[in-house]
Amino acid sequence: MEHYNMNLTLKVWRQPNKNSEGRFETFDVKDISSEMSFLEMFDVLNERLISEGNDPIAFDHDCREGICGACSMHINGRPHGPWHATTTCQLHMRAFKDGDTIVVEPWRANGFPVIKDLVTDRTSFDRIIQAGGYISVNTGNAVDGNALPIEKDKADASFAAAACIGCGACVAACKNASASLFVSAKVAHLALLPQGEPERKNRVLSMIAQMDNEGFGSCTFTGACEAVCPKEISVTNISRMHKDYLWAGLSTEK
Amino acid sequence: MLNGKIPEGPLEKKWEDYKGHVKLVNPANKRKIEIIVIGTGLAGASAAAALGELGYQVKVFCFQDSPRRAHSIAAQGGINAAKNYQNDGDSVFRLFYDTIKGGDYRARESNVHRLSEVSGNIIDQCVAQGVPFAREYGGLLSNRSFGGTQVQRTFYAAGQTGQQLLIGAYQALERQVALGNVKQYTRHEMLEIVMIDGKARGIIARDLVSGELERHFGHAVLLCSGGYGNVFYLSTNAMGSNTTAIWKAHRKGALFGNPCFTQIHPTCIPVSGDHQSKLTLMSESLRNDGRIWVPKKQGDTRRPSEIPEEERDYYLERRYPAFGNLVPRDVASRAAKERCDAGYGVGSSRQAVYLDYAAAIQRYGKIEASKRNLANADADTITLLGKEVVKEKYGNLFDMYEKITGENPYEIPMRIYPAVHYTMGGLWVDYELMTTIPGLYALGECNFSDHGANRLGASALMQGLADGYFVIPYTIGNYLADDIRTVSIPTTHAAFEEAEKSVRERIEKLMSIKGNQSVESLHKRLGKIMWDKCGMARNAQGLKEAIVEIQQLKKEFWSDVKIPGGINEFNPELDKANRVADFIELGELMCKDALHREESCGGHFREEYQTEEGEALRQDDKFMYVAAWEMKGEHEWQLHKEDLNYEVVKPTQRSYK
Amino acid sequence: MGLTGLFLITFLVIHVGLNACIFYDLPIFDPNDNGAMFNKASHFMGSTMVMRLLEIVLFAGFILHIIQGWSLELQNRQKRKQGYQVNLGNRGSKWYSRSMGILGTLIFLFLVLHISDFWIPSRITHNLPQAQYHGVEMHDMFIKMYNSFQNPVVVVLYLLGVLALAYHLFHGFHSAFRTMGVHNRKYLAMLKSLGYGFTIVVCVLFALMPIAMFLNWVSPL
Repeated sequence: MEHYNMNLTLKVWRQPNKNSEGRFETFDVKDISSEMSFLEMFDVLNERLISEGNDPIAFDHDCREGICGACSMHINGRPHGPWHATTTCQLHMRAFKDGDTIVVEPWRANGFPVIKDLVTDRTSFDRIIQAGGYISVNTGNAVDGNALPIEKDKADASFAAAACIGCGACVAACKNASASLFVSAKVAHLALLPQGEPERKNRVLSMIAQMDNEGFGSCTFTGACEAVCPKEISVTNISRMHKDYLWAGLSTEK
Repeated sequence: MLNGKIPEGPLEKKWEDYKGHVKLVNPANKRKIEIIVIGTGLAGASAAAALGELGYQVKVFCFQDSPRRAHSIAAQGGINAAKNYQNDGDSVFRLFYDTIKGGDYRARESNVHRLSEVSGNIIDQCVAQGVPFAREYGGLLSNRSFGGTQVQRTFYAAGQTGQQLLIGAYQALERQVALGNVKQYTRHEMLEIVMIDGKARGIIARDLVSGELERHFGHAVLLCSGGYGNVFYLSTNAMGSNTTAIWKAHRKGALFGNPCFTQIHPTCIPVSGDHQSKLTLMSESLRNDGRIWVPKKQGDTRRPSEIPEEERDYYLERRYPAFGNLVPRDVASRAAKERCDAGYGVGSSRQAVYLDYAAAIQRYGKIEASKRNLANADADTITLLGKEVVKEKYGNLFDMYEKITGENPYEIPMRIYPAVHYTMGGLWVDYELMTTIPGLYALGECNFSDHGANRLGASALMQGLADGYFVIPYTIGNYLADDIRTVSIPTTHAAFEEAEKSVRERIEKLMSIKGNQSVESLHKRLGKIMWDKCGMARNAQGLKEAIVEIQQLKKEFWSDVKIPGGINEFNPELDKANRVADFIELGELMCKDALHREESCGGHFREEYQTEEGEALRQDDKFMYVAAWEMKGEHEWQLHKEDLNYEVVKPTQRSYK
Repeated sequence: MGLTGLFLITFLVIHVGLNACIFYDLPIFDPNDNGAMFNKASHFMGSTMVMRLLEIVLFAGFILHIIQGWSLELQNRQKRKQGYQVNLGNRGSKWYSRSMGILGTLIFLFLVLHISDFWIPSRITHNLPQAQYHGVEMHDMFIKMYNSFQNPVVVVLYLLGVLALAYHLFHGFHSAFRTMGVHNRKYLAMLKSLGYGFTIVVCVLFALMPIAMFLNWVSPL
C-alpha cells in the first residue's frame, strides 16, 4: 500500500453546549498521513488548537477498534464516513485525497441532543433497553448451558442482530430519525432465542413505546439505516419486529 | 505480613465451606444498604446487576456515555470455563492448574480455584441471559482452544465474545435500573474515596458534562474500573481506560499488588507512525491457525512471497514444539521481541513478525475440497475454498486488519508485534475481594488477584464475571452484616466536605498551571519511558533511570501542563489531565516494583534473570510473594508481602517445549 | 399505512383490469366492440348495492391512507429539528423511498382531477352520454373517456399521475409487506420482484389508456 500525505479543509460543527447555537468552523489541516485513522487526524488538529490557545473539538470516542460504539461523526453526509461497514474510528485517511473538503457534523435527531460540538447525548438508547431489552433471569437461576440446544441458524441470526454496537448511525441516517433498526436488533436478538420467548410480547410493545417517547420517528423502510450500519444489521429485523408488534398487540392477555 | 483471609480446609472445599458459613444480610436490611459500584465493564455491570437483584440499593458510575461502552466490550477471543463439553480431559482442577501455571506461580491458589469452580456457572448464566454463543449444528455450545492450554474450553461468539458478554451483563444491569434497584450515572468520573472512621463510605464524582462535583454515600464501595495499561500511552486499552479510581484508593491507603505485572499481547497490529493513538489487538484465536515466522536472514527486505519456505524461521514452532504457535502470551511476545531485536524483524519499521495464513488456507481448502468430493481440485480452487473457510472463522478480524493497514491478509501475511494489553497487577484484595480499606472492594482487572504474573487468554472475561456474579454477592454480605445498623450518612458530613474540597483544589490547581505542554504530549512521553524501560524486558539500570525520568516528568506536568477550557463545562482535556496525573504516579510505582522484583516471571522479564535459552528465571526462594505497596508520601512507598503458599500445585520451571 | 396500502393495491388490480376492457376495442380483438365490454363492466360496478357499499369502503380506505400518510409524514419530519449540511441522499436509499409523502400528495391531486372527471358525472350528476346494450340503458363511459383524452393537457396530467403512482408503488408495495411483518429474506426478495412487476404492468396499462385514445388506437366508431 502506497502511503501519502495530504492537505485537507475541514468544516466542523461547533456548539459550546446543549443550549447554545452552533455553527460551522473551517480548519485547514496539513501533512495528514494516509495511514492515520480519521480520529487521529482530529487528534492532530486538536493538539494544534490547544497549542494555539483555542478550544479543541469535542468528539466521542473510546475503544478505537470499532466495537464500543462511542464514535459518531457524520462525515460528508454519511454516518461514520464513506467506507462500508466501518465506524468512524476505523475509517482511515486513505479514504481521502489531497485537497478534499470534509464536512463533519454530529448525529442529528431530537432523540440525540448535542452536548458539545460533535458529542451527542444517546442515553435515550439506554432507556429503550431499560423498557424491556433483556431477559429477566436473576443470577444463579440458570440451568446448564447445554440443557437447551438452539438451532445453529437461529443462534447465528440472533448473534448477527446482537452485534449492534448502539452507536446510533441508523438514527443519524434515517430521514425520520427512527431508532427502529437499533430497537429491532435487540428485539430480534432476544426473540430468536428460546430464552427470550416468555417476555417476547411485552418486550416489543414496551420498547417501541419507549422509542416513541424518546422522540424518534417511525420506520418507512427506506433502507438508509442498513446501508450505513457499521455492523451490517439487516433491515429485515425491523420487519420481524413489526410482526412481533402486531401479533403482540392482537394477542396479549391484558 | 498481609492476611488474605483464606478459609481453612482443603483447596476444593474452601469456597463451599466459606459460602456455607458466611454471614448473611436479611432482605429487609438489604433494602436499607447502599452500595456504590465504579465502572460498568464485565465486573462492574455484573456486580451491580447481581447486587441489585439481591435487593441492595446500588449506584453505578461510568465515565462513558453508556454502561455498554466499557472496554470489556472489545475482548475478542472468548471465555474459559471448565465444562469439559468436549470430553477432552478438562476439569475444574485442570483449569485451576493451567491458570496457576500460566501465571508463573505468582497467583493465590485459593482465589484461582474458586474462579475455576464458578467458571461453569458463568456460561450457564450467560446462556440464560441470551448471550448468543457459537453453537454446533446439533444446537450445543461450541468450543475452541486458546494459548497456554491443551484442551478446548473456550466459549466464544465469533470474534466478539466480550461484546456479547458485556451486552448480557448490561442488559441485566438495565433491568435493575428499570426496577429501581440500581441508579445509573453515566459520564461521571469518580475522583475521590470518602473515608469515615477508617471505612470507605462514599465517593466524590464529577459530572463530566456539567463539571459539577457530586457526593455519594455508600455502605460499601466497589471498584471495577479495569486495568491501567494506558500508563504506556500506546496499548490495546480504550482511550478512556484509566487508573484514577484505583489510584485514589491507593492514595487513601489501599495497597497496590504487583503493579509491574503487565501483559504484553503478542498479536497486535504494529505502530505505523507518531500519530498512533492506540494499538489494535488481533485475537489470540488467530494463533490457532496462523503460523508465525521471520526470515532466516537478518535485515531481509524481500517481500514475504519472495521468501522461500526453507528461508523462513517459524521460531515458535522451532523453540516450543509442544505448544508451537499456542505458547502463552508472555512467551510469544518475548520471542517476537528477541527476533526483532536480533535484526530479523519485518516491515518498514523492522518491528514486526509475520502471522501467515497461507498454510491454513491450503489445509482448510483441501479438507473442504474432499468434503465436496472434488478429488482433483486444482490449486486455485483449493485456495479459494480455503479462503472461504478462513473468512468464516476470522473474517471480521481480517477485515479489521485490512481497514487499518490497507493490506489484504488473505494474500499477504499479516504483520504483528506485541503491545500492552492487560495488567495483572492491581489493588491488593483478600479472599473476599476487599482491599486493605474496610468496605472498599476491587473486582475484575483492577484487582491483582487471579492471574499471577501472566494471564491466559480468555481468562479475563471469566474473572470479571466470576467476581461480579458469583463472588461479591456472597463476600460482601460478610462485611455488610455488621453494618446493618449504620444509617445512611448524610453527605453533609465533614468527611464529604473535606474530600470534595481536596478534589476541587486539585482541579483548580491543574487549570491554573496554564503551561505550554498538552496533556497528550506529556502522556506520550510517560508512555515512551514506560515502554522503553519497564516494557517487555526490564533491567535494573533502565528502571532506575525511568524512576528519575518519571519524577522529572511529574514536576514538568505540574508546572507546565496546558489545559484549555473551563472547569464547569464539558472538558475532555481536563478529564484526561486528571487521569494522566495519576498515571505518572503509578508509572513510578510500577518501575519501583519491577526494580525490586529481582527475578523474571510471566510478563515481568528482568534481563538479568534468564536461563541460558532466554527463558524467564524465577527466584522462588526470594520472591514467592505478592508485593503489595503502601503509599507513604510523594515518591515513597512501603513494601508489604503476602507469601504465596502452594499447597496443591508444585511450582516448577514453566515449560512449553 | 401498510394495511390500507395493501387494500388500495387490491383495488388497483380491479381498476386496471376493468379499464383495460377498453383495449378490447383494438383491432386484434374486436374493432367493432365500440367500448361495449368496458361500458358493461362499468355499469356493473355501479349497479348493485354490494358494489356501492364496497365503493364506500374504498373511499374510506383512501381517506384513511391519506390521513395516515400525511400525519406520519408530518410527525416524522419533526423528529430532526436541526437538519444536516450534507445529506446522505441517494447513498443509502432511493429518492422515491424518501418521497412517499410528496408522491402520495401528487397522487391525491391527480385523484381529485380523476374523480371529478369520471366518478362524479357517473355517480352523481349523471351528466353523460348514454348507450344501450340488450335493452339496458347505461352511461357510455367509453365515449366520455375518449372525449376527455382528446385534450393533450389532460393526457399529460394523467401520465404524470400514473408516474407518481408507479414510484409510489415501487416503494409502497414491498414496504407494505415489510410493515406487516414479512421478514423472511426469500419471501422479501420475491415480493420485491413481484412489486416491481406488478407496478410496471399496472402503470403501463394505465398509461396506455390515455395514450391509446389520444392517438386514436382506440376510438369510438
